Amino acid sequence: MSGYVTTRMLHSAISMMGLIVLVFFLARLTGNPTDLYLPIDAPAEVRAAFAKANGFDQPLLAQFQTFLGNLVQFDFGNSLRLERPAVDLVLQAFPTSLILAGTAMTIALVVAVVAGSLAARNPNGVLDRFVNMIALAGASLPNFWLALVSVLVFAVGLRWLPTSGTGGLSYWILPVMVLTVRPCGLLAQVVRGAMISALSSAYVKTARAKGVKKRVIVFVHALRNAMLPIITVAGDQASGMINGAVVVEMIFGFPGIGRLMMESIQYRDFAVIQAGVIVTAAAIFLLNIVIDLAYALLDPRIKHA
Amino acid sequence: MADQDGRPVPEGNGHLVEVRNLSVEFHTKGGVVPAVRDVSWHIDRGETLAILGESGSGKSVSSSALMGLIDIPPGRITSGEVLYRGEDLLKATAERQREINGSRIAMVFQDTLAALNPVYPIGWQVAETFRSHGVARASANAKALELLERVGLPNAAARFDDFPHQFSGGQRQRIMIAMAIALNPDLLIADEPTTALDVTVQARILGLLKDLQRERGMGLLMITHDLGIVAGMADRVAIMNGGRIVETGTVREVFETPKHPYTRSLLDAIPGRHGFPEVAPSAGGEEPLLRVEALSKEYASTSGLFRKARAPVLALDRVSFTLGRGETLGIVGESGSGKSTLVRTLVGLEEATGGEATYRGGSLLRAKEATRQIQMVFQDPTASLNPRMSVQEIISEPWAIHRDVVPRENWRERVGDLLVQVGLSREHAARFPHQFSGGQRQRIAIARALALKPEIIICDEAVSSLDVSVQAQVIALLKSLKDEFGLSYLFIAHDLPVVRSFADRVLVMHKGVIVEQGTTRQIFTDPQHAYTRELLGSDPLLGASAAA
Repeated sequence: MSGYVTTRMLHSAISMMGLIVLVFFLARLTGNPTDLYLPIDAPAEVRAAFAKANGFDQPLLAQFQTFLGNLVQFDFGNSLRLERPAVDLVLQAFPTSLILAGTAMTIALVVAVVAGSLAARNPNGVLDRFVNMIALAGASLPNFWLALVSVLVFAVGLRWLPTSGTGGLSYWILPVMVLTVRPCGLLAQVVRGAMISALSSAYVKTARAKGVKKRVIVFVHALRNAMLPIITVAGDQASGMINGAVVVEMIFGFPGIGRLMMESIQYRDFAVIQAGVIVTAAAIFLLNIVIDLAYALLDPRIKHA
Repeated sequence: MADQDGRPVPEGNGHLVEVRNLSVEFHTKGGVVPAVRDVSWHIDRGETLAILGESGSGKSVSSSALMGLIDIPPGRITSGEVLYRGEDLLKATAERQREINGSRIAMVFQDTLAALNPVYPIGWQVAETFRSHGVARASANAKALELLERVGLPNAAARFDDFPHQFSGGQRQRIMIAMAIALNPDLLIADEPTTALDVTVQARILGLLKDLQRERGMGLLMITHDLGIVAGMADRVAIMNGGRIVETGTVREVFETPKHPYTRSLLDAIPGRHGFPEVAPSAGGEEPLLRVEALSKEYASTSGLFRKARAPVLALDRVSFTLGRGETLGIVGESGSGKSTLVRTLVGLEEATGGEATYRGGSLLRAKEATRQIQMVFQDPTASLNPRMSVQEIISEPWAIHRDVVPRENWRERVGDLLVQVGLSREHAARFPHQFSGGQRQRIAIARALALKPEIIICDEAVSSLDVSVQAQVIALLKSLKDEFGLSYLFIAHDLPVVRSFADRVLVMHKGVIVEQGTTRQIFTDPQHAYTRELLGSDPLLGASAAA
């Protein structure tokens, strides 16, 4: 098991190196920051001084070398825009996104597992059709539309909740709700499908012949077997969210990693882009390893030797 | 009144379990399909009843009804009663049925790998029978361990927390049996309990079931397609065909004086009832078609960056034999004996690690491409025929690769000819595999094998998944094709009676080695090797006929 984790870490490290090269050069394809940060009529010597101060006068490969040299010391450089260490900005925004994603994912999973399992108990029954319809609608609604409408209804119309910004618990309700709907709808469909096939399996028939109680058959025998496809899809959705729920964070003015990255790209704030990509990538690599370990934990036939 | 376990004894002369005039139908998209019609049978404690039938005969339906395992819908019980000690279980509440399941009536299933939950330890699963009927966790575990030892699971204590996939098929069936007999049921239903098992393992499992029945005095209902099991196990037999019981009586009555034509055809279809095939004396000095010399296959260990290498496995150990023109060579052996590895090596699906195989003097192993003169028919026609290809496409596909055999404009004509030769009709060419029965699919597979006009056809368990009567038809087809085209067969099977009736010579394989070879008569009447004798002794039908 520890050998497996080491192997996966090594694989992730190789992917990470590729990613670092890619993000460095792609960011620089957006243009020269000097044009953005200085007035249009700034004299040539001021421009030269700005470029020199930030190392933009160096050849690209030399810049890359400096970047790598600093990176191994965990120095991601300073934000051009906010003149603070880039990594501080990222690490400040990231937990907000993580909590947002974590809460939304947890709610989505719990609701989907319960609704999907109940629906699967009686395929094509009334409850099943109802769950299916809601799930399909949830999985199909675009985030931005749902976000805007919920602001309109709950913040502007009913005045129950704040429109945007940060503060107490009430500021979290709308973003979490909007973020939950899509994965929840998607997962409910996956849970339903996986549970229907698990419930029609031979081992469930055996359990019925043994006189096992219905509740135990559904939630002990079938659900554990159905968990594999469920966590595959849940993991996929979660990595999407760790990337930053860009749309939701922008609409609700939520200070997460998604909004930080959007702004940094607009301002060609290379250091922050690089730090942001590397930190989120590390988190996603970690999440994938955790999911693989969860597979082995759920299904003894899967061995990570 | 109560029996020694304090259970109520049925009123009057009632039986332990009695099924009366049961009719069940299934509502599908294609319409209403009757599963069983007007079926009646009964069983008492200490008695063994066999319900015999081929696939689709409805032999499992009444026992499913007894345990409340028929899903409604799509199933519908249109008439009848299912009485357990006089109580109609069709009218029982779900909770009452649950109480009876596992404690009074228990069931053992066929495919144990699927029937045991893959993600829970076996000890937990056996103990669950106790827990579901009100036994506390700790004592349930202790009793489960006791049971696993009783059914002869080796190392039961150490393996209590192992998972189903870590056991062999025979061991898994022991686990299933332990689970079923946990609460001393009145009736144990065994639904094809040994179908997936090797003969020697089958003999041990059947022995275990008999012992347990004697020890606990329970009724035993065997659901099977295998006449040998009926002969060896049952007191009475009910024979089902097309959803009806066509004949019922004691095993002796039914086997000796069958009344219904279907029963007679079943008994006639038993391979090996008509003596040994006549072996044509081989023309002396003729060079054999296929010559295999000291063929070996070793699966090397693979090691990874963080993984230790495992010991290599010797799947074939210096195997030598010849196959003459027009000869049928039977290769028998149980799973793991290396018979499939042998075939895969011969057709180039595996690379040999030693030895040589020649076809008409040319090396098979070093040839760039597999010779078209050797074709294969596989065990499972459902899996080996591409479901998205029509029969026309399946049979003509080899001609697209070997372009010189049949010119494209004659494909349709030739496919029709082949279909007629294997007993199907020309119109079948446009259909898809799922529209055929198992036996018909195997005929299609044979037509495909014949498409390239081969000299040798390798049948790898080609009739194993077929019902007895269908099996007899396919064997008859293979025989007539052999006479017509002068084919030679390598006929691999674990089913000894089939080999006995079909093969000229037999090889017995065990753990990658040929332990014995000789003419079919020699092997079956005067086996030399201990393993051959064990194999022959384990087969219930051969055992029965030897005793008779």
